[in-house]
Amino acid sequence: MIESFLFMLGIGAACSIVLSFASKVFYVYEDPKIALVEDNLEGANCGGCGYTGCSAAAQAVVAGQASPTVCVISSSREKVENIAEIVGMPIGTAEASLSYNMCNGGYRATDKYNYLGVMSCKAMEIVFGGKRDCHIGCLGLGDCVKACAFGALIIGKEGFPVVDDDKCVGCGACEKACPKNIIEVRTLSEKLLKMNQQNDPLAPCSQTCPAEIDIPRYIALAKAGKYKEAVQVIRMRNPLPLTCGRVCPHPCEDECRRGIEDEPVSINQIKRFVSDFEMESGSRIPIKCAPDTGKKVAIIGSGPSGMSCAYFLRRIGHKVSIFEAMPKLGGMVRYGIPEYRLPDKVLDWELDGILNLGINAFTHVRFGKDFGLGSLVASGYSAVFIGIGAWEDYDLGIEGEDLEGCFTGINFLSRISQGEKLELGKTACVIGGGNTAIDCVRTLLRAGLEKVYLVYRRTRKEMPANEVEIVASEEEGIDFIFLAAPTKVVGNDAGHVSKLEYLKMELGEPDDSGRRRPEPIKGSETLIDVDTVITAIGQSPEASFKDQNPHRRLTELELTRWNTIENDPEVLTTTIPYVFTAGDAATGPSLVVEAIGGGRRAARSIDMFLKGEKITPASDSLRQKRIRESIFEEVKGIEKIKRAKMPELPVEKRLDSYVEVDLVLPEKDAIAEANRCLDCCRLCYNPDKQQPFV
Amino acid sequence: MDLILLAIGCIFVNNILLAQFLGNCPFLGTSNKMETAVGMSMAVVFVLVMAGVISWMVDHYLLKTLDIEYLRTVSFILVIASLVQFVEMFLKKSIPALYAGLGIFLPLITTNCAVMGVCLINIKEEYTFVQVLVSSFSYAVGFGLALIIFAGLRERINIARVPKPLQDTSIGLITAGILSLSFFAFKGMV
Repeated sequence: MIESFLFMLGIGAACSIVLSFASKVFYVYEDPKIALVEDNLEGANCGGCGYTGCSAAAQAVVAGQASPTVCVISSSREKVENIAEIVGMPIGTAEASLSYNMCNGGYRATDKYNYLGVMSCKAMEIVFGGKRDCHIGCLGLGDCVKACAFGALIIGKEGFPVVDDDKCVGCGACEKACPKNIIEVRTLSEKLLKMNQQNDPLAPCSQTCPAEIDIPRYIALAKAGKYKEAVQVIRMRNPLPLTCGRVCPHPCEDECRRGIEDEPVSINQIKRFVSDFEMESGSRIPIKCAPDTGKKVAIIGSGPSGMSCAYFLRRIGHKVSIFEAMPKLGGMVRYGIPEYRLPDKVLDWELDGILNLGINAFTHVRFGKDFGLGSLVASGYSAVFIGIGAWEDYDLGIEGEDLEGCFTGINFLSRISQGEKLELGKTACVIGGGNTAIDCVRTLLRAGLEKVYLVYRRTRKEMPANEVEIVASEEEGIDFIFLAAPTKVVGNDAGHVSKLEYLKMELGEPDDSGRRRPEPIKGSETLIDVDTVITAIGQSPEASFKDQNPHRRLTELELTRWNTIENDPEVLTTTIPYVFTAGDAATGPSLVVEAIGGGRRAARSIDMFLKGEKITPASDSLRQKRIRESIFEEVKGIEKIKRAKMPELPVEKRLDSYVEVDLVLPEKDAIAEANRCLDCCRLCYNPDKQQPFV
Repeated sequence: MDLILLAIGCIFVNNILLAQFLGNCPFLGTSNKMETAVGMSMAVVFVLVMAGVISWMVDHYLLKTLDIEYLRTVSFILVIASLVQFVEMFLKKSIPALYAGLGIFLPLITTNCAVMGVCLINIKEEYTFVQVLVSSFSYAVGFGLALIIFAGLRERINIARVPKPLQDTSIGLITAGILSLSFFAFKGMV
C-alpha cells in the first residue's frame, strides 16, 4: 500500500518536474493580445471561421489576417468592438455581412433535361452545369441550406433560397457551397455599391434603369402589400424615389417584357405609389448606415447626382458635406422642374430624409467664389465630388436676343421657382422641343398668359420631350409652330420684344441621329406678335468656377468642348485624382435617374479612392447595356390586361395654380398594376397563363 | 520475417479501429474532411510510437522491478498525458512547421483509448523492445489507413441522398460497420 502510494507520488512528481522544466526551456513568446482576443471569442472551437479553433482565429486576428468579425457565431457587437479595440483596427472594418440571394427563378425556370443523379447542387452542376435552362440560375437542391450551421436558410416554396436575416451571421458557408455563385455574403456597403454585371440575374427593366434599381423585387413587395420594404429596396439604389416617381421618363418601361405583347407595366407609378405611401404615413423608414470610417468627402452641388453621391457615401460610413450655390438644396430638380410637376414640399421631405443621415449642407456658397479645391483640402476633405449640373442655357445667336422680354429656359424656370414676378405680357413663344421647353410653356400658361407658342424646327414626331408632357401641354392649350427656325427677334421703340421672325422649314435627308434634317425654305420669313421669347434649346455646365479663382490645381481639371468635365464614364474619375464627377456636369443634360446612377457610381470610386485601392470598374459592368439572352422577341402566356391610368387634375383646374397635376394611383389600382408584373428574372418569368407542354 | 508478419497483423488483421474498435471518437470526429483525417493520422503515428516506447520502458524498468504491476493503467495514463504535453511544447519551440500541422490534434490524443490500448496490448503480448516499436508503428498506420478510407467514404456520403433519420453520424456508423466487415476478410491471414 505504502509503496504504491510512494510510487505514484514519485512518478507524478517526476512528470511535473520534467514538464515544468520543459515549459521554461521550450517557452515561446506569444503576443499577449492573442489571449485578450481569445477572451472575446465565443470559445466554442467550432471551426466555422475556417481556422482550427478559437486560439488559431485569435492569432490570425492579431496577425492582421482576419477581421475582428472573424467569429461567425458571435452575435454580440460589443465583443467585435472589443476585439477591434485590442488589435487597434478601425471599427469600420467590423461591419457585419449578411447572406443575399439574387435569383428569383426557382421552380418556374425551365429544365434542360431530366436529372436522376445525386440530389446536390454541386453534383448537378458537374453535369452540363445543372439542369436549369438559365446558366446562372439557382438549382434549388439546397447545398447552401445544408452548409448553413445556423438554420438561416430555407428553400422557399418558389424553389430558391430565402435568407432569414436575423439568424444569418454572415459566415460565408453558403457562398462557398453554392456552385452557381447565386448566394452572396456581402456587407451593407458592398450591396449598396454593387454594380449590375453581365452575369447577374437581371430582368430587362433592371438592366435598363440608369440607377440599376432591383425593379422586380420592389414590385413583388408592393404586390404583397409590403410598401415600406419596397421603398427600402428602391433606396438601395435610388435615394430620391419621390422625385423619380414624379419626373422619371422611365426608360425601364420601354424594355418591360409585358410590353412586347401588351402595354408595359407602369413601373414608375408603382414606385410613386409606395414612396408616397411612406410620405403620407407620416413616419420615415429608418435608413441603416455602416459604421463611421472617419473619412471626409466634399460634395459640390446638391442636385440629384450630388445628393445621390452624398447619400451613398454617408450610408457606407463616410462623413459628407454638401456645398450648394443656390439658397435651397435640390439643384436642377428644385429650380429646373416646375412646382406643378414636383411640389417643393415633396422635395423638401425627401431631401430632409437624406440630410437626417447626418450630412452637413451649406447653401449660398459658390464653388470658385466662396471656396475652392485648396480650401476643401485644407479643411480635411480627402475627396471632392463635383456635381454642378448644366445650368448655362445655349443661345440661338440671332439678332435681338438681348432685348427686354427675352429669357433663357433654365434661367426663366429657376427665377419663377424662386418666386420672382416677371413681366411677361400676354403672348409668349418658347423656342425648343425638349422637356425644358415644355416646362416653360406649361409654366407660362399657369402664369396667366393668353397665348403660348412653341416654335420647333422639326415636327412633333421628332420632339425629344416626353410624350406625356407633350400631351399634357396640348390639353392645356399650347400652340405649336412646327418646322420653324427663328431668325430675328424684333423689338419696339422701348427696346422690348414685339415680334419674332422665323423661316419655314421642310424635312430633308436623315442626319446622324436618324432624325430627318430640317432645311429652310427660302423667302418664307413669317412674323408673329409676342411679348416674351424664351429660348430653351439645351444647356451646358457653367464652368466659370475655373476662371474666378485660378487655383493652381484647378487648372488641371480638363473640360470637354461642351464644357462638361472630362471624365471616365465608367468610374467617373477626372483629370485630378481626388476629384470625381457625375450628373449633367459629366454627361451634359440628361435624366434625373441617370444623375442618380452616376452619383452612386462615383461614390463607389470615391470609396475605393479613400481606401487607397486602385479605382477599377466592376468586372463585366453592364452599365445599361442589355444582356442579349434576356431580351425576347415574343413572350408566351400573356393575357392582355389594361394598364392603370394615371389620375390627373382636370385641365380646367390646372391653369389657375401651380398645384401638382399628376396624381398618385389609388392603392387598389397600384396593386392591380403590380400584379401585371411578370416578376421577370434573366430568362424566366411568371406568365399569366401556364403554357401547355409541347 | 516475424516482424513483417507482426506488422501486417497489426495493420490489417487486428486493425485498431475496425477489428478492436478502439479510438472511435477521433474516427468519427475527424473523418469529415480528408485534410483533417490525414493530419490526425500523422499525429497518431507520431504519438503512438513514442507512447509505446515510453510505456514499455515504464513497465519493464519500474513496474516489473518494483513488482507493482497493478498500477500499470493509472501510471500509463499519467505518463502518456505528460508525454503528449511535453511533445507539444517541444514541437512548438523546435519544429514550428510540424506543430502547425499536428498542433491541434495532439491534445485530442492525450486521453485517446487507441493509444492506451496499444500500450496495454504491447505489455499483454509480452513483446520485446523491437517488437514494441514495430507494433506501435503498425497499429498507428492501421489507424491512419482506416481513418483515411473512412474520410474518403464520408466525403462521398455528404453529397449523397441519405434518408433524414440516418443522416450524419448514423450513416457514418453504418458505413464503419460495413467497412469493418470487409476488414474481417483479413482474419486468418497471419
